[in-house]
Amino acid sequence: MKKVNLLLLLFAVMLISGKPAKYDVGDSVADFKLKNFDGKLVSLSDYKNQKGAIVIFDCNTCPYSKAYNDRIIALNKKYASKGFPVITINANDPQMSPGDSFDAIVEQAKRKNYDFPYLVDETQAVAQAFGATNTPHVFVLQNTGSDFKVAYIGTIDNNSRDASSANKKYVEDAVEELLAGKSVSNAKTKAIGCGIKWKNS
Amino acid sequence: MRIRFVILAIVALLLSASRPLDAQDIKVIKFNSLEKIMNANAAEVQVINFWATWCAPCIKELPLFEALNKQNDSGIKVTLISMDFADQVGRVKEFAKRRNLTTEILLLDEIDYNAWIDKVDPSWSGAIPATLVINPVNGKRKFVEKELKEGELEAIIASVK
Repeated sequence: MKKVNLLLLLFAVMLISGKPAKYDVGDSVADFKLKNFDGKLVSLSDYKNQKGAIVIFDCNTCPYSKAYNDRIIALNKKYASKGFPVITINANDPQMSPGDSFDAIVEQAKRKNYDFPYLVDETQAVAQAFGATNTPHVFVLQNTGSDFKVAYIGTIDNNSRDASSANKKYVEDAVEELLAGKSVSNAKTKAIGCGIKWKNS
Repeated sequence: MRIRFVILAIVALLLSASRPLDAQDIKVIKFNSLEKIMNANAAEVQVINFWATWCAPCIKELPLFEALNKQNDSGIKVTLISMDFADQVGRVKEFAKRRNLTTEILLLDEIDYNAWIDKVDPSWSGAIPATLVINPVNGKRKFVEKELKEGELEAIIASVK
């Protein structure tokens, strides 16, 4: 009995300490600076002349990320010119997930001709600040002029397996509403996917 | 020489036909079937684990559920809910066979996650592994979204008793 109690306590402590602070819809986003697949540093503040950004925590290895990869590339093609470019961030610990090493990130970005950043969140601090949990996990940010605010958090659409069968395109709808000067009507969804591979977890 | 070959072939056939456990059939279900398990009017504590063959931490914790199932505790019912895409059911079956999994596996074919995920638990971010433990007798339930380590599953079950 004592052992069970001890385990329960340990478990509760783990649950509490494992919950990082995270952004909610409407929160201001702190600037970040991360290394891109081309070796250059990219900051959110580099985007201060854009209307916003579509920040996606992604990886090379998750089946959901693979299923959504072409749709992520298409999002940038569609919205970069309208002021909402895509920024992808890989936060997976390469020790836990060797397929997400820097070399693999470079390979993925080059093979798929990424015309947007694929950043490495080596310390995982950015993913923790955002409260990203899964891949792909989307945060649509709106540039208010003085800062970037979170306008949408969640999944890309409602059919991870088959893009042509998706009939709720959450991210596109959010960006379209922002472009039309409206607030986002469906600002939060959940993204079933692979958990981000945290260090020492 | 030829006869020996035929005998060998027959022996091989017999051996393959009498393999210890037939691989279980993996049923593909919709959310209403999962709901029936969650709302089961049963005496057993329902232990429902969400996993997928592509999910490494899920596979790591699977032996805990398999061991629990093998205890044949009449007060506990273990169900493994595979989140693999429905067209991968063959892969799930192959996996179950390779690992000799005896715990019941159901493949949940509900691609529009936002239509049902909150009904499993509002706190679920959508990542797996995730485990839901329900005691239908007292209505207590516990949901955890992480890889369980040795002993943690027992602690969760104890917490709903």
